[in-house]
Amino acid sequence: MKFVDEFRNKGIAERMIQKIQKTSTRPIQLMEVCGTHTVSIFRYGIRGILPNHIKLISGPGCPVCVTPNQDIDLAIALSRQKDVVIVTFGDMMRVPGSTSSLQKERAEGRDIRIIYSSLEALKIAKEHPGKKAVFLAIGFETTSPTIAVALLRAKEEKLHNLFFLNSQKRVPPALAALLQLKQVKIDGFILPGHVSTIIGTNPYQFIAKEFGKPAVITGFEPLDILQGIWMLIKQIEEDRASIEIQYRRVVRENGNPIAINKIYEVFEKGESEWRGLGRIPDSGYRFKESYKEMDVRNFDIEVEPSKEHSECLCGEVLQGIKSPLECRLFKVACHPENPVGPCMVSIEGTCHTYFKYQ
Amino acid sequence: MKKNMAQVDVGGFLREISLDLCPDVSIGEYVLIHAGFAIQKVDGEEAMETLNLLKKMAEAI
Repeated sequence: MKFVDEFRNKGIAERMIQKIQKTSTRPIQLMEVCGTHTVSIFRYGIRGILPNHIKLISGPGCPVCVTPNQDIDLAIALSRQKDVVIVTFGDMMRVPGSTSSLQKERAEGRDIRIIYSSLEALKIAKEHPGKKAVFLAIGFETTSPTIAVALLRAKEEKLHNLFFLNSQKRVPPALAALLQLKQVKIDGFILPGHVSTIIGTNPYQFIAKEFGKPAVITGFEPLDILQGIWMLIKQIEEDRASIEIQYRRVVRENGNPIAINKIYEVFEKGESEWRGLGRIPDSGYRFKESYKEMDVRNFDIEVEPSKEHSECLCGEVLQGIKSPLECRLFKVACHPENPVGPCMVSIEGTCHTYFKYQ
Repeated sequence: MKKNMAQVDVGGFLREISLDLCPDVSIGEYVLIHAGFAIQKVDGEEAMETLNLLKKMAEAI
């Protein structure tokens, strides 16, 4: 595929690795924030070809993984209502809540539909005028504009039976929370390419200005990742800290202003709860006044008290504090066919990636 | 075509996607797609520049 194959050139990759080895002198730990980066890094064996003193750790960049149990439990409780159709992206289906999952609920006969695009939620709502369609709005800034478009359309078309369970997340405030953690040392960030396609470089500036750390917005092919790592190393070796873009073919400094405007037409920044990281100010979105009627959290509904599996380390894995290999459940009680935590469910989850490639 | 929708070729498969977030595209251009939406145009010149830079770096060792 064009713009993909060129960035997998083996000869250039080998030279880039030599270049990294030559440039790098200091022992450092870099975090790849995005789960898709983790997958690429493992698929192309990048951890194994870097010098020993450069360590890569995986971050919280898997939307399904950071969704807290109480939101999954709420989705499950909603699915049990007779007049509700749940509309969701496929990766939520197998995520275990406190006692059930959407997949189990569907097997029990609940009406749960998997969609690929938020616009399909409008279609399902229209086809079921006597029911309430509830869209599980889960994702980072890449997905939020697509959800915003669905809200705008629903309003425009006066669709009164489409609701949203909003558990969207904003990446930059989570990075600020990670930089303040004592348990994990981060010398630089490999920043997510597609979140940054939407938000650009501005929201990350605090990483360099307040924390003095470099960060590079990076693409997902092996040459992208190697170049991104090299750009980080170069900054570190030269004692510089700034937000740079490696993934220039789709990331502009100001992001995608049309998409950003769509988000802020319907949402404003608000506190959000992350698995592992807890409540973080401004790390999510809340409905603006004129869209609050679409918020499913207004429903009067009883949700089971949420509880976590006592041994699952997903929360620590998401923060880069623990590796899946330190988890007693990994590959023993927890595997992709029977996941204990969401990090083993999602194809972007760190545990799933370790399972597949390690 | 429906309002704001476009046909895209994804590795040989035709797919219908929304242009709500990336309205300024012409037939034949490449776009980045996420969850049924075009979210950005792929800038071919930037792609070439990145590749050329990589090639140059690879030669300069």
